[in-house]
Amino acid sequence: MKMLLSLAVWAALWEIAGRLKLSTIVPPFSAVIEAMFEIAPTEKFGKAAIITLRSFGLGMLLALVIGIPLGIAMARVKGIGRLLGMWVNIFVSAPISALVPILMAVVGIGETTVVVTVFLFAVFVITLDTQVGITHADRSLVEMARSFGANRRQLYAKVLLLSALPEILAGVRLGAIRGVKGVVIGQLLVAIIGVGELFEVYSNNFLMEEFWALVLMVFLFAFVISEAIAYLERRVEYYAASR
Amino acid sequence: MIVEVKNISKTYDNGIEALRDVNLSFPKGQLSTLLGPSGCGKTTLLKIIAGLIPRNAGEVLVNGKPVDGPGAERAFVFQDFALLPWADVLRNVGFGLELRGTPRPEREEVARKYIAEVGLKGFEHRYPAQLSGGMRQRVGLARALTVNADIILMDEPFSSVDEQTRRKFQEDLLDLLRHHQKTVIFVTHSIEEAAYLSDQIALLSPRPGRVAKIVRPNVDHSRSPDEIRRDRGYLDTVDEIWGMLRQYV
Amino acid sequence: MRRWQLASFALFFGLWELAGRWPVSPAFPPFSSTFLALIEMVRDGSLGKAYLITAQPLLLGVALCAVAGIAFGIGMGLSRTIEWLSLPVFIILQAAPMAAIIPLLTYMYGIGLTSKVLAVIMLAAPVIVMNSYKGIRNTPPSLLQMCRSFQGTRVQEVLKIVLPHAAALIFTGLRLGLAMGFIGIVIAELLITPTGIGDLISYHGSVADYPKMFASIASIVAVAAISLHLLQRLERRLFP
Repeated sequence: MKMLLSLAVWAALWEIAGRLKLSTIVPPFSAVIEAMFEIAPTEKFGKAAIITLRSFGLGMLLALVIGIPLGIAMARVKGIGRLLGMWVNIFVSAPISALVPILMAVVGIGETTVVVTVFLFAVFVITLDTQVGITHADRSLVEMARSFGANRRQLYAKVLLLSALPEILAGVRLGAIRGVKGVVIGQLLVAIIGVGELFEVYSNNFLMEEFWALVLMVFLFAFVISEAIAYLERRVEYYAASR
Repeated sequence: MIVEVKNISKTYDNGIEALRDVNLSFPKGQLSTLLGPSGCGKTTLLKIIAGLIPRNAGEVLVNGKPVDGPGAERAFVFQDFALLPWADVLRNVGFGLELRGTPRPEREEVARKYIAEVGLKGFEHRYPAQLSGGMRQRVGLARALTVNADIILMDEPFSSVDEQTRRKFQEDLLDLLRHHQKTVIFVTHSIEEAAYLSDQIALLSPRPGRVAKIVRPNVDHSRSPDEIRRDRGYLDTVDEIWGMLRQYV
Repeated sequence: MRRWQLASFALFFGLWELAGRWPVSPAFPPFSSTFLALIEMVRDGSLGKAYLITAQPLLLGVALCAVAGIAFGIGMGLSRTIEWLSLPVFIILQAAPMAAIIPLLTYMYGIGLTSKVLAVIMLAAPVIVMNSYKGIRNTPPSLLQMCRSFQGTRVQEVLKIVLPHAAALIFTGLRLGLAMGFIGIVIAELLITPTGIGDLISYHGSVADYPKMFASIASIVAVAAISLHLLQRLERRLFP
């Protein structure tokens, strides 16, 4: 819990900086917390949160449903891996936000664009990590299963996926973090829905307490999601070392 | 007696008692071995003698004087070689002297001498990644020799090396050490290795580590290596030790 | 390898061409029109000018980040106190959607170079710092013990063992930092005020010249991909 103590120190510094009015855009930490409790129950925030969560969830679902099977295919079928590998690698580190304007032109200005943005932000790292996990699945485990007569379905279900699970979960966690970034950037660029809209409203009207409160809430959301998946990762970690 | 160990005890932070009241003496110019099954604390004891890990009780005396940390008179050879991957053989071998501030031309000269002695002449500018396990360990040994320590501590130096290389290595090691008249304290879990190399063997029993017995192999080292491995004295020593250790497996 | 790469390119551009000709949306240009638009923008210099503008905050930001970030990461690795104070912050920053703060930069520093450089720094710093930090922390204990066994001082330990070992991860951090820098500058140019590549994208979008808009987007993705690939090859040569 040393980490909490460290964060507490920062919160205290924030409070002091705010009270001393060191900068016009930094209100005291306590004021930000107060604002957080004020806006959370409001209808406006509720609607924005629902839209945001919906886009995030849908985009992530698509990314998982397409990314994981694609990663498996890339690992098990040499041809697919070689054809798509270069592109996955390019898009994993590429500035995907550059694609959002064209998305807006093609798909329109609205939730669909944000969902696609989340999908694009998350899918490549999920695919890549799944591919790596399956490729590195212990070859001797596969041979062992085959030698005892495992059919393809059993091989996947009982050996491959479990063996690759640590890497897949790591990819999903990174994908989720990117997904949060995607939903924020998507909404900021589209600028008329969800928390993106709220960010615009607060900063345009110089409502700094509300702005930072929203920032904190979004950051907290990203952190919670990341830690939830990290928890799952830790649960399967016990066998990662002995593979 | 060049090295003495008196009443050494060591308990790890997690509560495991590694060594209890160990007393040993190591004669000068001889090769002594710490032998025992895993968990008997032999590597722990070696590192305590080297000054690399602290002890909870007792003292280590070198030439009659107590020591507390590493010293110039003791050099360590590591089980996993501990070579700098970004440095070539020449720099790795001279690393001990580099840390002492020896100027470069001088330490390279000394390093080259020992690189040749361990049989790696010509490999001065190779990198560890380009060397086999056996060659890497030779680099580790050469490094220990360059600092001119009287006492060389070797922690299972041949365990990461294949069997054939290991045998050759053992033979070469004896030649080398006799030539330089070093005192060696050696850790191994191989009975044959201990019987072949040692002037004295300290058998350690596990959990907690204690000295069970001291064996002096009756081996005539003037004979050829192959003859030694069939010699009565050698075979009897191996049997005697196994008889003692089997109860701990 | 070569054959597969060519097949891969052909597949991608082929699918793109087909998708573009599909009458789903006029805004999605086929590969051929995009390519032609790209050639035209190179010829009339608009692409070159845009990159000259975009490159400034990108390179400036990454350079500043590199110097300060590596130094800070090393500090975190060597000092438990600095680590305790900074690690939680950087862990949060790595996961956080920093883009949310970018509009705020406009208030503080206007719409000029400063905001954009700061946007790049904000996105690139966490990964550079964390990689430098991890490089320092992951020094193999065996090497440290070896150094101690030869009576090396702590200073010698840091200079001769910890830092050389960390160099590989530090370089990786720089490469990832550059990737984040590209992301940062694109977001900044789209959100703060259009300049450089962001301007090309927005402008052509606003006049519905979709081939040119898409060509600009494709060019920045390509530039990012190529520079990162070159860095990775350099990394493999320096740290085998």
